[in-house]
Amino acid sequence: MKTFLTATILSLAATGAFAAGHCAAGKTLTDGTLTIATGNPAYYPWVLNDAPEAGEGFEAAVAYALAEEMGFAADAVTWVRTSFDEAIQPGAKNFDLNMQQYSITAERDKVVDFSAPYYTAPQAVMTTTPVVEGGATATMESLKGLKWGVVASTTALPVVMEQIQPSQSPLVYDDNANITAAMKAGQIDAALFDLPTALFTAAVLMDNGVVLGQFDPAAAENPDQFGMLMPEGSALKACVDEALAAMTENGTLAAIEAQWLQEATGVPLIK
Amino acid sequence: MTRRAAYEARQKRRANMIAGVSTAIVLALVVLLVPLAPGWEAVRSSFFNGEVFVRVFPDLLRAFVLDVAIFAWSVPLIFALGLAIALARGNTNPALFPLRIFGAVYVDLFRGIPVVLLVYLVGFGIPGLGLPRPWNSPYIWGTVALVLTYSAYVAEVLRSGIESIHASQRNAAICLGLSERDTMRYVILPQAIRRVVPANMNMLVALQKDVALLSFIGPVEILRQAGIFKSLLANFTPYVAAAVIFLCITVPATRYADYLMNRDRDARS
Repeated sequence: MKTFLTATILSLAATGAFAAGHCAAGKTLTDGTLTIATGNPAYYPWVLNDAPEAGEGFEAAVAYALAEEMGFAADAVTWVRTSFDEAIQPGAKNFDLNMQQYSITAERDKVVDFSAPYYTAPQAVMTTTPVVEGGATATMESLKGLKWGVVASTTALPVVMEQIQPSQSPLVYDDNANITAAMKAGQIDAALFDLPTALFTAAVLMDNGVVLGQFDPAAAENPDQFGMLMPEGSALKACVDEALAAMTENGTLAAIEAQWLQEATGVPLIK
Repeated sequence: MTRRAAYEARQKRRANMIAGVSTAIVLALVVLLVPLAPGWEAVRSSFFNGEVFVRVFPDLLRAFVLDVAIFAWSVPLIFALGLAIALARGNTNPALFPLRIFGAVYVDLFRGIPVVLLVYLVGFGIPGLGLPRPWNSPYIWGTVALVLTYSAYVAEVLRSGIESIHASQRNAAICLGLSERDTMRYVILPQAIRRVVPANMNMLVALQKDVALLSFIGPVEILRQAGIFKSLLANFTPYVAAAVIFLCITVPATRYADYLMNRDRDARS
């Protein structure tokens, strides 16, 4: 009898609108609340105005849609801020999910858990008008001759070193703000970002920024895919993946991407 | 051997034995107890991961060459400028009073500003004024920032050394007919500089670590290289490997300074 009841409850739980909510029950840091971490500061267009609570910006919107899919109301979502280091330190974490454009890599996956990818980011080259006027074009040959700058904590450095193989060794910075400063100071010619970040940086942070071109993500051996980071062995991972799969299937994810990352078309592919 | 010498030797042996046993007990406790902590496996694999250590060590060593180079070309500049500032502050000529003011302001300013800010300000700010390559290089302006800060510290250390030399030395030199310049050069400075060697060794060890701040404006030196590996491998072991490399330099350097100082003290006593 007891087995029968359990089986009934399980099968009930596995169907209908309750499914996701039940799935996450008891698996979050605080019961009934989903704690999501983002960067400090969080950058456009991932989070608008550094205020994820507003749900504006691609990652903020994905977070709230995911929470809804998992059965959390919008007011049951709590935001915290972490650095990359806090996300990978051994020991207890202060978040259920961490979303700040983490690229999924096999090495990182050994230490933490990643959700299924929620965005595939083409890598794009940002430079300045003087460099373009100086003859830089969206070809590998031309890119080799440039002085490169990348952000240390991203996967851009391996891409620059292995695919572009520049003639001068690249300079490495802590964040986008320092890259912009170095580019304004003429110390670097070009920087490699994910496309949305490149578009934003070129348009807003730089006076004469240009997005020279993007790498075709379909052609890349390991396309840069963003995943939500969770502590290693997180019980929540299955629920998050299930919710993300549902969001992909019903078009929610694509709609959010179209709303917040729409300007990504029209950038030439690098040959 | 006198009875007293025999007694002292016995006492010494006993003290050595107690020191050895207590050190062994502390070490044993650390080695045995720390791994019993529930999170030890996680900490070990993210800080003391042998596989990661072996993989990153050669690259870190290569990056460390840059640290050594920046250090090597900064040190002579720092000491030259530091000495100049110390002398400017110490001069007693009324006509050169502006120089004294300059020395005081320089020291106050550059000792007071955080090195990081100076590295950003000089490293991005001055090239941002529109210098052409290669004169806007972060290596040049990062070095300038380090030299500005450290020369202010070294100037104060040297000044304290100069002031610690007893007035009778200066008077004696004047009696011998030495000019003020020669007094400083042949009498005061040789004694003053020797007296502040330990303080300056301290500065050098601190400088060796602050060289890493240049990575903020682009150069890939050892700590930056370790940071890159940390991000790629999601593991802190590269920092431990960098620390090992740093210690290989700083520990012998400090011991050597100790040796020099002891030799100097023995020679004088």
